[in-house]
Amino acid sequence: MSVITGQQPDLREPAGWRRTKNRIATVLMVVAFVLVVIPLVFVLITVVARGIKIISWSFLTSSIPPQVAPASEGGIGPAIVGTIEIVALATVMAVPLGILGAIYLNEYGGKGPLARLIGFMADVMTGVPSIVMGLFIFSIWVLHFQFSGFAGALALGCLMLPVVIRSTDEMLKLVPNPLREGSYALGATKARVTTTVVLPAAIGGIVSGALLAVARAAGETAPLLFTILTVTTVNRNPFSGPNTSIPSQIFANATSPYTGAQDRAWGAALTLVVIAFLFMIAARIITARFTRYSR
Amino acid sequence: VSTVTQQVGPAGTAGPTRPLSERRPFGDRTFQIITLAAGLLVLVILVLIAVTTTQQAAPWFKAEGWGIFGKTWNPATNQFGALAFIYGTAITSAIALVMAVPVSIGIALLLTEVVRYRLARPIVYVIDLLAVVPSVVWGLWGILVFAPWIQHIYTSIGSAVTGIPVLDTLFGPPTSGASFFTAGVILAFMITPIITSLSREVIATVPAIDKEGAYALGATRLEMITGAVWPHSKGGIVGAVLLGLGRAMGETIAAALVIGSSATITLHLFAPGDSMPAVIANQFGEASGTFRAALIGLGVLLFAFTIIINVIARAIVGRAAEQGSA
Repeated sequence: MSVITGQQPDLREPAGWRRTKNRIATVLMVVAFVLVVIPLVFVLITVVARGIKIISWSFLTSSIPPQVAPASEGGIGPAIVGTIEIVALATVMAVPLGILGAIYLNEYGGKGPLARLIGFMADVMTGVPSIVMGLFIFSIWVLHFQFSGFAGALALGCLMLPVVIRSTDEMLKLVPNPLREGSYALGATKARVTTTVVLPAAIGGIVSGALLAVARAAGETAPLLFTILTVTTVNRNPFSGPNTSIPSQIFANATSPYTGAQDRAWGAALTLVVIAFLFMIAARIITARFTRYSR
Repeated sequence: VSTVTQQVGPAGTAGPTRPLSERRPFGDRTFQIITLAAGLLVLVILVLIAVTTTQQAAPWFKAEGWGIFGKTWNPATNQFGALAFIYGTAITSAIALVMAVPVSIGIALLLTEVVRYRLARPIVYVIDLLAVVPSVVWGLWGILVFAPWIQHIYTSIGSAVTGIPVLDTLFGPPTSGASFFTAGVILAFMITPIITSLSREVIATVPAIDKEGAYALGATRLEMITGAVWPHSKGGIVGAVLLGLGRAMGETIAAALVIGSSATITLHLFAPGDSMPAVIANQFGEASGTFRAALIGLGVLLFAFTIIINVIARAIVGRAAEQGSA
């Protein structure tokens, strides 16, 4: 063996340059990742460091003071109430409709032209800018029924719908066909097969997809600007009167010259990031725990 | 045999003799119609967006005609030309793509061809984290931390290139922390996750046999990537980049906070500008009449641009994915 190795021409010639190029490429890929990590780490460190200084139970529950107020005064209570109202309403509308739409795509429509069109347009709809959804709800709802938390929920719901359809569709595709066929063989109708066999089999993935959609929606500002306005008082009725939300308050305070308002914006940003991360982690846990069929 | 014929016969107790396929209980059909309605909702909403916003923007289209693409935007004199914002959207998206595309493709290749599964997972987590940071938080960080910091860099670059023909136009003084370039950089951070994850999906469809063949011929990893992975996935990656472009064009709040809000058309990248979504977000509150119609009209244009880009991109990505799975 050793003799052969000694005589063998080096197949990697011209070794130097080819190997070097390969190494440079690998290093560049790692650099690309590092380039992404740096801003992420900076953003997170800044949000945590500046947010933690102001955040407290009273910050989360107090009313929103005028922007001139020092950081020690007030909080973002009304914004938290508003975000919960609006996101909950949006979820109640978008998640069931999204799941039903995905059931049509996967169980009824099959490979037919209509189902393909709807699936394709759902993908396209995920690319509609969030500000356009805000303008849409302003034109179709707010002009006739005034500003309200519900209008904001409609806008967020429109953003969530295609996301839920797509994530649910992916999960339904993973449910093996023999499961459906076994159920049909027992004489079940399609509706029954879908609701009692297919959906339970895919529920883990569906829920975690919905949670991710909620996490994205909770952070949206643009669709709320012209649908709920931005007020500083608590509005417990989401169906009437202007409202506010955590992202709206951050946006309002971000350009404020007052350091107190800026500090409250950082506190609100930390709250928002924590909420988004909690939903993301919950989605991961559910995926890990309750997924029966995966790719 | 005779019992069977009796059961399905007209005199039997099993009900009317329809083929089994037609025997669908009322509830089953209702459920199908409900799911169909939910699916059609997507098409209905898309059509409604186009119709209602165009209606609200009609006064602008009527008043300006082709003037909607004019250079001057001045609400005080009722001049609403959108060119400055279209230009701002184009230039910030271009800056974002120039930075995000190589980085995203690099990470996608790192994930698919270099690191093993165990190391790939934490990297995917990091990319997901990047996607979950809300737009307004990027904007807050951009305007309060990033812009003041990068202002110093702009100042030194500006003074270094003063007098040099092309560079002076692009990067010379006066410079501003909130500018086209700052907005482009923030947008690049925000669109990197989507380009990365879609490119990764596309690259993952490259048949293993192509890659092994390249290695068997003695190719290095780089040569395998350029020879086997790239020809197979370049179409899909173009689609992924287009989707990133769509995101960058429509990104509102982060851009609104860091772009500087100035309706100017300039090649000077370190100068404050404005983009279509940013101007809608910043000026809608005080707008009425033709002003408001013009802002909604900007939304209509933005909707049209992003729909066209998304349709093309999804068609490309869909075809690439089908090729991969076939």
